Amino acid sequence: MTENSVTDNSWGGPAGRVSPRLAKNALRNWRERLIEGLLFCMAAVSVLTTLGIVYVLVKESIIFFQHVRIVDFLTDTRWTPLFDDAHYGILVLISGTLVSSAVALAVAIPVGTIIAIYLSEFATARVREVAKPILEVLGGIPTIVFGYFALMVVTPLLQRVLPELPGFSLLSAGLVMGVMIVPYVSSLSEDAMRAVPMSLREGAYAMGSTRLQVALKVVVPAATSGLAASYILGISRAVGETMIVAVAAGMQPNLTFNPMEPAATITSFIVQVALGDLPHGSIGYLTIFAAGLTLLLITLTLNVIGLWMRKKYREHY
Amino acid sequence: MNPNQHPYPVKAEARKLNFFYGLVQALKAIDMPLYERQVTALIGPSGCGKSTFLRCFNRMHDLYPGNRYEGEIVFHPDNTNLLSTEVDPIEVRMRIGMVFQKPNPFPKSIFENVAYGLRVRGERNRRVLDDKVEQSLKDAALWNEVKDRLKDMAFNLSGGQQQRLCIARALATDPELLLFDEPTSALDPIATASIEELMHDLKKRVTILIVTHNMQQAARISDHTAYMYLGDLIEFGKTDEIFIKPRDKRTEDYITGRLS
Ligand SMILES: Nc1ncnc2c1ncn2[C@@H]1O[C@H](COP(=O)(O)OP(=O)(O)OP(=O)(O)O)[C@@H](O)[C@H]1O
Ligand SMILES: [Mg+2]
Repeated sequence: MTENSVTDNSWGGPAGRVSPRLAKNALRNWRERLIEGLLFCMAAVSVLTTLGIVYVLVKESIIFFQHVRIVDFLTDTRWTPLFDDAHYGILVLISGTLVSSAVALAVAIPVGTIIAIYLSEFATARVREVAKPILEVLGGIPTIVFGYFALMVVTPLLQRVLPELPGFSLLSAGLVMGVMIVPYVSSLSEDAMRAVPMSLREGAYAMGSTRLQVALKVVVPAATSGLAASYILGISRAVGETMIVAVAAGMQPNLTFNPMEPAATITSFIVQVALGDLPHGSIGYLTIFAAGLTLLLITLTLNVIGLWMRKKYREHY
Repeated sequence: MNPNQHPYPVKAEARKLNFFYGLVQALKAIDMPLYERQVTALIGPSGCGKSTFLRCFNRMHDLYPGNRYEGEIVFHPDNTNLLSTEVDPIEVRMRIGMVFQKPNPFPKSIFENVAYGLRVRGERNRRVLDDKVEQSLKDAALWNEVKDRLKDMAFNLSGGQQQRLCIARALATDPELLLFDEPTSALDPIATASIEELMHDLKKRVTILIVTHNMQQAARISDHTAYMYLGDLIEFGKTDEIFIKPRDKRTEDYITGRLS
C-alpha cells in the first residue's frame, strides 16, 4: 500500500472521543472481577486445605523422625509402637494394606471391567437404564456397612469353605472392599468406552467382527487411558479404604502376605490410635502422622503413574 | 439399463430396494446393478441417500435399532439376497469390504491394522499374516512408506497414509466388493490422486462402489454412474453417457451446476 492510500482513507483520521456504544462498561467489568475473585477464593480454599494437611503431616513426622531413625522405620519388621519394647517398622502396615488392596483389586478390576464392557457394548438402552442406578446405589453405601457385612456375613460364609479362616481376615475385608470399588471402576471404564467414536466400531464391524471382537479388539484398546485411570482410582480407593479393614481385618499388626490372616493396614492403625487414649504429642501418637505421610506418598505415586499413563495412552481419535 | 448389453457380469443388483430409518423412508424402490470389476460412482446432492444405499450392501444399518430394509440386493455368484433375514451380516461383511469417509485406523500397530481381518477370521500362521500384510500394503501403495515401521501405531501416519492403510486393511481379506464412502473428501489433492490411481488398479480384481461429491473424480475413475436425488435413483448409465448427454434434466442440472 502507498502512503497516499492511508491518508486518503476517510476512516483512518484521528479518532474523536470514544463513542458511548463502544465505551467500557464499568458495571460489567466490576461484576466480572467479583465473580472471578469468588471463583479464585474457592479454588484457593481447596488448595490451601491440601497444603495444610501436607504441612501438618510433614511437621509432625519430622518430630517423629527425631525419635525414630528413618532406616528403622523402613526396614524394621515389627510394628509395636504402643509396647514398652517399641518398634516402628512401617513395612508391617504396608503389607496389610498391600494384601487387602490386592484382594480387593482382584475382584474390582475384572468385575468392573466386565460390567463396563457389557453396559457399553452389549446392553440395550433399557438394561442400561436399570443397571446404572443400581450400581450407583452400591457405590453410595457407607463403608462401615460394608465392614459389618464382611464381618458378619462374608467371613462366616468363607469359613464354610475355608474352615481354618480366622474371624478377622484380610481376605474377607478385601473381597468386600472389592465389591465396594466395583461401581467406581465400572462407571469410569464405561464412560471411557462409550467415548470411543462410533466410526471406529463401524470400521471393526465392517471387517466382519462379532460384537465381542469389536469390544475386545477395538473398543478396549481405544479406551486404554480411560481404563487405566479407572483402575488407578480403584487402587487409590483400596489403599485409602479405612472402615472395612478396621472392622473386618482385625487390627493386629502382622507382617504377612497371606490374605487368610488378620492384619492391620495403615488406615486401620490410624483409626485405632486416633480413637485410643494416647496423650497428644507422645511418640505413640506421632506415629499416625508418619503413617499418614506414608499413605499420602503412596497415593501421590499412584496419581503420578495415572497421569503418566494418561499421557502415554492418550486417545488419538 | 439392460444388463445384458454390458460385457461384464453383474456382481450385485438392487431390486426394488426401499430403506427406512424408523418411519423415514430414505431409499425409494431402487433398481440398480453393480457390474463385476467395474467402478460404479454414486453422485447426488447431500442427503439424497448415497451413504444409506452404500451401507445396505454390507448390512451396516443392522447395527442400529429401528432400521428396516425392503426389497433385495442380489449378490452373485451366490444368487442370494443379502438383505434376507437368513443371511448372516457378519458373513456378508467378510466378503464385502468398506472404506469410510474419515480414516478410522484401529488403535493398533500398522501391521496389526492390516492383519485385523485375517485375525478375526482365525488366521494364526505368522507366515501367512506376514505375506498377506505385505501384499496388501503393496496393493494399497503404502508398503514403501511403512515397511520399516510396521510396529508403529497407525495414528502416527498422515491422513492420506491412514486412508491407504484402511484400504490395505480392507484388501487383506480379499473382498469381492469394496464400498467407498467419500474416501478422499478428507484428503489433499496429492493423496486424493494416489487413491484414485489405486482404485484404477484395484478394479482389475474387485468390484467397486464409490460415493463421491467430486464430479471430476466420478468422471475420472468410474465406469458407471448413478445419480440419486431425494432417495430416488434418477439415472444410471455408463459414465461417459451420463456426463456427456444425460437423459434426465435433473442429472444435467446437477452435473453442469457442479462442473461449470
Ligand atoms: N441415522 C439416521 N436416522 C434418520 N435419518 C437419517 C439417518 N441417517 C441419514 N438419515 C437421513 O437419510 C437421508 C439420506 O442420508 P445419507 O446420509 O444417505 O445422505 P448422503 O447422500 O450420503 O449425504 P452426504 O452427501 O451429505 O453424505 C437424509 O435425509 C438423512 O437426513
Ligand atoms: Mg454420505
